[in-house]
Amino acid sequence: MPDIDPYILARAQFAANISFHILFPSITMGLAWILLFFRLRFTTSGDKHWEHAYHFWVKIFALSFAIGVVSGITMSFQFGTNWPGFMERTGNISGPLLGYEVLTAFFLEATFLGVMLFGKNRVSNKVHLLACALVAVGTSLSAFWILSLNSWMQTPTGYTIENGVFYVDSWTAVIFNPSFPYRLAHMMTATMLTAAFLVMGVSAWRMKQKVDGPGTAKIFKAMAVMAMIFAPLQVVIGDLHGLNTLAHQPAKIAAIEGVWETERGVPFTVFGFPDEDTRTTRFALEIPYAASWILTHDINGEVRGLNEFEGEHPPVAIVFWSFRVMVGIGMLMILVSWWAGWELFKRKQKPSTWLLNAASWMTFSGWVAVLAGWYVTEIGRQPWIVHGLLTSAEVVADHSSGIMLSTFTGYMALYVFILVSYIATLRYMATKPAASLLAMDQVPGQATHQQPAKGA
Amino acid sequence: MDLDFWLPLFFAGAMGLALLIYVVLDGYDLGIGILLPFAEDSEKDIMIAAIGPFWDANETWIVLGIGILLIAFPQAHGQILTAMYIPVTLMLMGLILRGIAFDFRAKAIAHRKDMWNAIFAIGSLITAVSQGWMLGTYITGLGQSGISYLFSVLIAVTLPALYILLGSAWLLIKTEDELFDKALGWAKKSILPMGAALLLVSLATPLISETIADKWFSFPEGLRLLPIPLLSMATFAGLLWLLSDQKTLRSGREWLLYAGLILLCVLAALGLAYSILPDIIIGQMTIWESASSTKSLLFTFWGTAIVLPAIIAYTFFVYRIFSGKATALTYE
Repeated sequence: MPDIDPYILARAQFAANISFHILFPSITMGLAWILLFFRLRFTTSGDKHWEHAYHFWVKIFALSFAIGVVSGITMSFQFGTNWPGFMERTGNISGPLLGYEVLTAFFLEATFLGVMLFGKNRVSNKVHLLACALVAVGTSLSAFWILSLNSWMQTPTGYTIENGVFYVDSWTAVIFNPSFPYRLAHMMTATMLTAAFLVMGVSAWRMKQKVDGPGTAKIFKAMAVMAMIFAPLQVVIGDLHGLNTLAHQPAKIAAIEGVWETERGVPFTVFGFPDEDTRTTRFALEIPYAASWILTHDINGEVRGLNEFEGEHPPVAIVFWSFRVMVGIGMLMILVSWWAGWELFKRKQKPSTWLLNAASWMTFSGWVAVLAGWYVTEIGRQPWIVHGLLTSAEVVADHSSGIMLSTFTGYMALYVFILVSYIATLRYMATKPAASLLAMDQVPGQATHQQPAKGA
Repeated sequence: MDLDFWLPLFFAGAMGLALLIYVVLDGYDLGIGILLPFAEDSEKDIMIAAIGPFWDANETWIVLGIGILLIAFPQAHGQILTAMYIPVTLMLMGLILRGIAFDFRAKAIAHRKDMWNAIFAIGSLITAVSQGWMLGTYITGLGQSGISYLFSVLIAVTLPALYILLGSAWLLIKTEDELFDKALGWAKKSILPMGAALLLVSLATPLISETIADKWFSFPEGLRLLPIPLLSMATFAGLLWLLSDQKTLRSGREWLLYAGLILLCVLAALGLAYSILPDIIIGQMTIWESASSTKSLLFTFWGTAIVLPAIIAYTFFVYRIFSGKATALTYE
């Protein structure tokens, strides 16, 4: 058997699973609200295009939701199989937060999803709207609880420790820990942007392929407006989140900025290759004083460097680069959405081919940004699992590396297969000419032949 | 009231209830999945439609069950899931395959549908078998000996039989005509193997676990257990009669088979609870030894007390919306 550290494998496996998982909630959380918006627009205006938009996107929602659910279940088990020590030590805190997620969110969304997807003929429009709303609320509630727990792991408050086990002092302090409001706002905005760019990108692609219906332009416009609002908003929220991290997890910020020594008047490194062995950033392209200004709002402000966190800071290069990928995509999102706004509103023209191309290229940009962002915050927390109190290595399970490696390979093969099928299916659905949009009110496969309704 | 005593007991009960509901509900989903290859192509859509609006919520009950294990008994949670690493991983892969296949088959290009149908069936079967393996491992007190493995294998082949019966029973409620007849046939074929396996498991259990044997065969405490095997046998006889007579099932009371199976599952769960409690890991750890702090349990208790009735209420509401025979699913 290959001799790989089981600890690294446990982390790799969990990272692979959580990375795969988050792709789908980051679509469904935003898309649930967008679908509710489509349904409400149809209800209030009677414009059939919104109803068609709902029917097209609810299928993609159902598919994404199912993948999110099954990969999420995997995670709930992997807490125990990969990190048994985490539950033994922090169970008093993490248990109830996860429990509330299951009780208040999972059942709500899973149960009313059935009504949302298949109940439209069986219930009144009002009840159906309510089901759509409850699914949207459920997905967001789920984010509330899990982000509360994740934030607590980053900025723990409201606890006492006895014999290595965490006990709760104050639930308010645990749930509303210092980084939670920022992380929640940052993630919710990210899901709105991920969903908006997905819908915008697929719509643009359909217009480009000339398979769009008359409503596609309307959807494109609505999503452009949404992105125009959320993309700049995300910069503000992200900045506040960063300042919060500086106050509570300075080592993470030092890695993000690639600051090796504590200094005043620190430049911002736009590009470069951080090297932990030589403790330098090679080929650095710097903007003088910018990092000090961003982080302390003073060009001569002091920024604590990695030298202060010897042996207790995260790997630098991956955090440094993930951050730049995330911010870069955020900037592209602002650019594309405002360009779309300028074409659609200022020049009142149909979207140009250039814009449609740009938007289709941005279809999955939200995924890249969300993953990069989570790598910044999660890898940036290492070597801790609960910041400053408990290390990841202390809580790992002792499976042999042979077993870990084979399950890891199995999961990876499965995830690649699902991802390829998902994108192929999306492409297939997006390629269908809009004339069939009406016919597609019927789910292909589930209703290849019409059964007369009996006894229902 | 002594919360230190009662709260762990409450959560042990809630966990058992959640897992019981899971078996009864997702059991029919998984059973129908396993039966899918035995149906005609046109029937497959109806079978999928019979579980379409429900499977997602049904699956959530196992998340709640494992969730309670994690919330209320964190010390046991890590040990149990570590010991069951392989079957848990297999089950998760089965659940993933089943779940994605359900949605992909409805949207995929026509010629891929057969592939997704196959994946749906295989995923369901893997899930059922690994859950049986997990249950077996649990009853042996997380034993790692050869005999323990043999026992786990025994349950691993039993559970799919139960799920097939549950699936057939659900199809009786949701279908008509030819598919109804087919479902009756599937139920008839699977009931005897299921009964034999159940008997075998019951006989093997005291042999495999000394703790359980002590409880069953001590006098007079063991007598308290007696109603369970007696009632189980009566229920089983009733089910056999239902399936051989068929008149009752064909005259508008087709739900009786499913109801009888629920009763059988409840009895099995009660028997299991009697055998295991107050341990959470048989012979190693009691529910009190592994429980979270009382303060944490109380915090979760209030949430559970408020939310669980609401969940049960809206679950009933949704089952009522989709009551009656299944028709082809549409997103309309």
